[in-house]
Amino acid sequence: MSQSSAAPTSPIVEVPSIPAREIAPWALFFGLLGLLVLFFISADQGAVSIPSGNAIHEWVHDSRHLLGYPCH
Amino acid sequence: MTARAFLVRGLLVGLLAGFATFLVAHEVGEPHVETAIALEEASSAGDRAADAGHSHDEGTEVSRPDQRTWGLLTGSVAVGVAVGGIVALVAASVVGRIGRMSPGRSTALVSLIGFVSVALVPFLKYPATPPAVGSGDTIGDRTSYFFGFVLISVAFAAFSSLLAIRLIDDIGTYAAVLAGVGVYVVAVVVAGQLMPTVNEVGDFPADVLWYFRRASLITLATLWAVIGVGLTGLVGRLHRREADVVQRRALAATL
Ligand SMILES: [Zn+2]
Repeated sequence: MSQSSAAPTSPIVEVPSIPAREIAPWALFFGLLGLLVLFFISADQGAVSIPSGNAIHEWVHDSRHLLGYPCH
Repeated sequence: MTARAFLVRGLLVGLLAGFATFLVAHEVGEPHVETAIALEEASSAGDRAADAGHSHDEGTEVSRPDQRTWGLLTGSVAVGVAVGGIVALVAASVVGRIGRMSPGRSTALVSLIGFVSVALVPFLKYPATPPAVGSGDTIGDRTSYFFGFVLISVAFAAFSSLLAIRLIDDIGTYAAVLAGVGVYVVAVVVAGQLMPTVNEVGDFPADVLWYFRRASLITLATLWAVIGVGLTGLVGRLHRREADVVQRRALAATL
């Protein structure tokens, strides 16, 4: 029984926060991945094109219009 | 609470939101997309000789039945998962950092600010357009205006939120929120006035345009509502569970 862990907590619920060092790798990797996915759905093969052609554009065409991204 | 726990919940809720968005877009939006395409084809049949053909007539053909079902589903789910993941990561980074706001509440706030700054405000400046409205020649400009405005809106939303959080201790919640919202509204109104207007409606029927835009806004609202409500619920549950563990441990330690 260590003395330090026995400190009684106040009835106020503690609001935890996540240290920036822990979030950074997740945010960097998955944030960029998410933005990449959004780019392919929303902008690719309209104004800018990474694989040439318009297969992705045509396939997700209706979601571009209905989600408000510029299309044709 | 960990970044991973938030992200997993965000992706899950995003997947769900993608399916819901597809259903709403298909039921509410597609009828107006079909009307617009019918109008487009009727008008292009009239002046086919003069028209060099618009950008969608060349290259890969995807049939309309595929576009309005599997294609729409692909786009909705991809956007749902991506937005869900990003909202979760932002929620993870602000949890416990907005005054004494509980994790559930701060997550709800992030979702609300996300909807307003990413979807609603850009929609007011550059609203969604149905097929047949919008020229293939201006797609480059329209894309950069739209994403430029989204970027400005999100940047000022983040700045105003940080400002409000900073001010809470000095001037109180009411005045701080008012200051944050005020800075954001002034900034996007000024930016909206300065940025170019896109108007390629021509003689496209006003009623179809309105029905389409209303459906588009409902689709966007569905996406963000499912993500916001779902993630808030899951994060709140996670926090309660962890708080219970902490309390039980503290109680055990006093015995
Ligand atoms: Zn289009």
